Amino acid sequence: MVKYIGKRIVYMFITLILIATASFFLMQTLPGSPIASYNKLNDTQKAIVEKKYGIDKPKPVQYAIYMKNLAKGDLGTSFVFKGKSVNDLLAKRLKPSLILGAQAMVFGTIVGILLGMLAALKHNTFWDYGSTFLAILGISIPSFVFASLLQYWIASEWHLLPVGLWNDGWKSSVLPSLALAMGPLALSARFIRTEMIEVLNSDYIVLAKAKGANGFEIAFKHAFRNALIPLITVLGPLAAGLVTGSLVVEQIFAIPGIGEQFVSSIMTNDHATIMGTTLMFSAFLIVVIFIVDILYGVIDPRIRVSGGKG
Amino acid sequence: MKSNKWLLLMALTLVLSMFLAACGGSKDEDKPAADGDDKDKDAATEEPEEKQHAKDEEGEPDAEQVLHLAESAAIPSVDSSIVEDAVGFNVLNNINEGLYRLNQENIAEPAMAAEEAEVSEDGLTYTFKLRDAMWADETPVTADDFVYAWQRAIDPATGSPYGPFMMSGVVENATAISEEKMEVSELGVKAIDEKTFEVKLERPVPYFLSLMSFGTFYPLKEEFVASKGDAFATNSDNLLSNGPFVLTKWDGTGDSWTYVKNENYWDAENVKLTEINVNVVKDSATAIKLYQDGKLDRAGVSGDLAMQYRDDEEAVIQPETSVFYFKFNQERDGKETPLANENIRKAIAKSFEKEDMVDVVLANGSLAANFLVPTNFAFDENEKDFRELSGNHLEYNVEEAQDHWKKGLEELGVESLDLEILGGDTELSKKMDEYFKSQLEGNLEGLSISLKEVPFSVRLDLDGNQDYDIQVSGWGPDFQDPISFLDLFVTDGTNNLMSYSNPEYDKLIEDSKGELALKPEERYEAFAKAEKILLDEDAAIAPIYQRGLIFLHKPHFKGLVDHPFGADYSFKWAYMSGK
Repeated sequence: MVKYIGKRIVYMFITLILIATASFFLMQTLPGSPIASYNKLNDTQKAIVEKKYGIDKPKPVQYAIYMKNLAKGDLGTSFVFKGKSVNDLLAKRLKPSLILGAQAMVFGTIVGILLGMLAALKHNTFWDYGSTFLAILGISIPSFVFASLLQYWIASEWHLLPVGLWNDGWKSSVLPSLALAMGPLALSARFIRTEMIEVLNSDYIVLAKAKGANGFEIAFKHAFRNALIPLITVLGPLAAGLVTGSLVVEQIFAIPGIGEQFVSSIMTNDHATIMGTTLMFSAFLIVVIFIVDILYGVIDPRIRVSGGKG
Repeated sequence: MKSNKWLLLMALTLVLSMFLAACGGSKDEDKPAADGDDKDKDAATEEPEEKQHAKDEEGEPDAEQVLHLAESAAIPSVDSSIVEDAVGFNVLNNINEGLYRLNQENIAEPAMAAEEAEVSEDGLTYTFKLRDAMWADETPVTADDFVYAWQRAIDPATGSPYGPFMMSGVVENATAISEEKMEVSELGVKAIDEKTFEVKLERPVPYFLSLMSFGTFYPLKEEFVASKGDAFATNSDNLLSNGPFVLTKWDGTGDSWTYVKNENYWDAENVKLTEINVNVVKDSATAIKLYQDGKLDRAGVSGDLAMQYRDDEEAVIQPETSVFYFKFNQERDGKETPLANENIRKAIAKSFEKEDMVDVVLANGSLAANFLVPTNFAFDENEKDFRELSGNHLEYNVEEAQDHWKKGLEELGVESLDLEILGGDTELSKKMDEYFKSQLEGNLEGLSISLKEVPFSVRLDLDGNQDYDIQVSGWGPDFQDPISFLDLFVTDGTNNLMSYSNPEYDKLIEDSKGELALKPEERYEAFAKAEKILLDEDAAIAPIYQRGLIFLHKPHFKGLVDHPFGADYSFKWAYMSGK
């Protein structure tokens, strides 16, 4: 197991280096200059400003310098936020996104799982149809529609929570988290329901019932655990769903988060920030995939991550 | 035991979700790069900059003077040598002050200078007597602070884009220094004594005093800047104010900041607001909701929302000084384009109805433009608008357009033409391009238009490579003089980029900087003549509109002053009344 984890970590670093390399050179193909008023200068002045920011050097040299700094954990200096380190920029903007995302995932998955279980246990009843309907709504309606609806009714009309901004403590985070939670909620509910219905009809559950185990125990001890495997698998793509959702939701609620920063850095050719955000996202995803793989083994001991020999 | 396992699972799920949650980012369809809000404007930018018109009605100031505003982008920098964007210049204008400041009538009046500058006979030497003003740390503002700031802005080691841009060809030796051909110390600035600052110019610059209100020319206290080192101006703790307000609660990259009144400001008794809270709100619909909820005292209304809100009783139209026009590229890939033909250019320039476009398509308070130098921007000695002097050019006229078109096609020996219009990729730009296409194709037989809609940075790049036929382009002025616009189209002008060249035009512009520099009347006549050549005679470009913006503005928020160039607004005279 230790060997396996070690190997995976090495792979993770290699993946990250490849991503860094690819995005570095892809980024160079972006049209335009990171210096906004570049076109106001004459050629000599342009050359001097380029030299000052180190973008006059040949691309491979720039790449080598970037990778060297990256190895030290230094993501460079932002072109747009003058003189400010990208590490700092990301750290500050990550916090609101993290809070919203975490709350949305926790709330979404817990409620989704409960709804899914309810639907499965009360198969073909009002409860089943109700939760299925909710899940379909959650999957088919994009998060920004929920965001706008929540904002309009709960904030603008009923004044229960703030319309937007990030200055009212936990209250500021409720509506955006709810909007983001709809995706994970719907997906978890669908998956758990489908899997549990299947599991509940399998022979070993029938056996458990025959042995006199009660419904609750069956649901949690046997059915739920088995239903979790496919759910964990979709958590990856689900994270991607959250990623794309958060930009729009952040914008609707005027949250100073990272999703929005990523897009604006591309629009302004802020090379160091584009690299920083890309690498950060990649690192998260790689780590998540790794954790999912480890979790398989925890949830279902039949799945052996360390291969045939173990 | 069983429930322990279940708990473990849940805990793992939670940990997992923490990681998953952290990722974010995707494509945003309709937003232009707000940070790249360079003065070279993105056509029909949907993000209005915070801009505003002075509310004239009087009212007793309230006891509580706290204002809540939204900005359309975060602050990239407040280092006066480095700032190059609208938000940065806005902040600078409210926390610092130059020798002059634009007053409520948008006329530059002495600010850090105690009185009007003394100008030498030849218009080359300006001597400023400084007033007894303090930095926020209660040390005096001295002539050395100006010398230091100006030298810093032009020093190639600083890497400032606006320093060289604003000073080259204006302040003595600035160009040579910016090209590393001279030492920084040779810049034409001098502290004669602690309170006397002298500037030597390369040529007489009639609009020089209005430049003194521009952020790049603000003073910096060397001792303070040096003591902060790299940390200078990276957050509100590392800033030193000499203006009406002090910036606080700004962490350097964040989306919120606060201004508080600077009690050490020389004119503090006329500053009424005690606190201004600013949050970045990029989505106009969100800004409007916050406004309606009482969280903002003013909100920009952009894009499609403009049409919906323009009749709202709290809506104010804010005319701007950015002008948008077609650039006709006469040479692409080293070959002449059909647009090198004067008749073809004239035909296109006169064949689209501009009034309908601003009323129906833009619907945001923009004005139809039959000119390059905007209205309500530059005034002559008698405070008469330059527009009155120069009149209208290239007005909509289908018959004339069709005559030109026929002639042009004959001269080119073709019966039809395929041309491309290069425009922005915002929803509003796209709508506008569709309108042009239908107007041009409908009025000019044999013309077919293809549309190319790209993000702002891509458009700049295509512009730089002259890789387009017709481009929807725009310009916002950096100083209050027609030359800010007319200089764009001289042969080899850095922003010409369409191979337009007319020696007569060049001569007029050259003269305005040389022999006419000290003859204001003749100089304005030369400008009027140049504009006529550029538009009526050559149709080198075809003006479309002068941008306007719509804001929702609470009636209790009074006295905000907007400016036609440089920073967009001043809070110095603003106050709350009857909230």
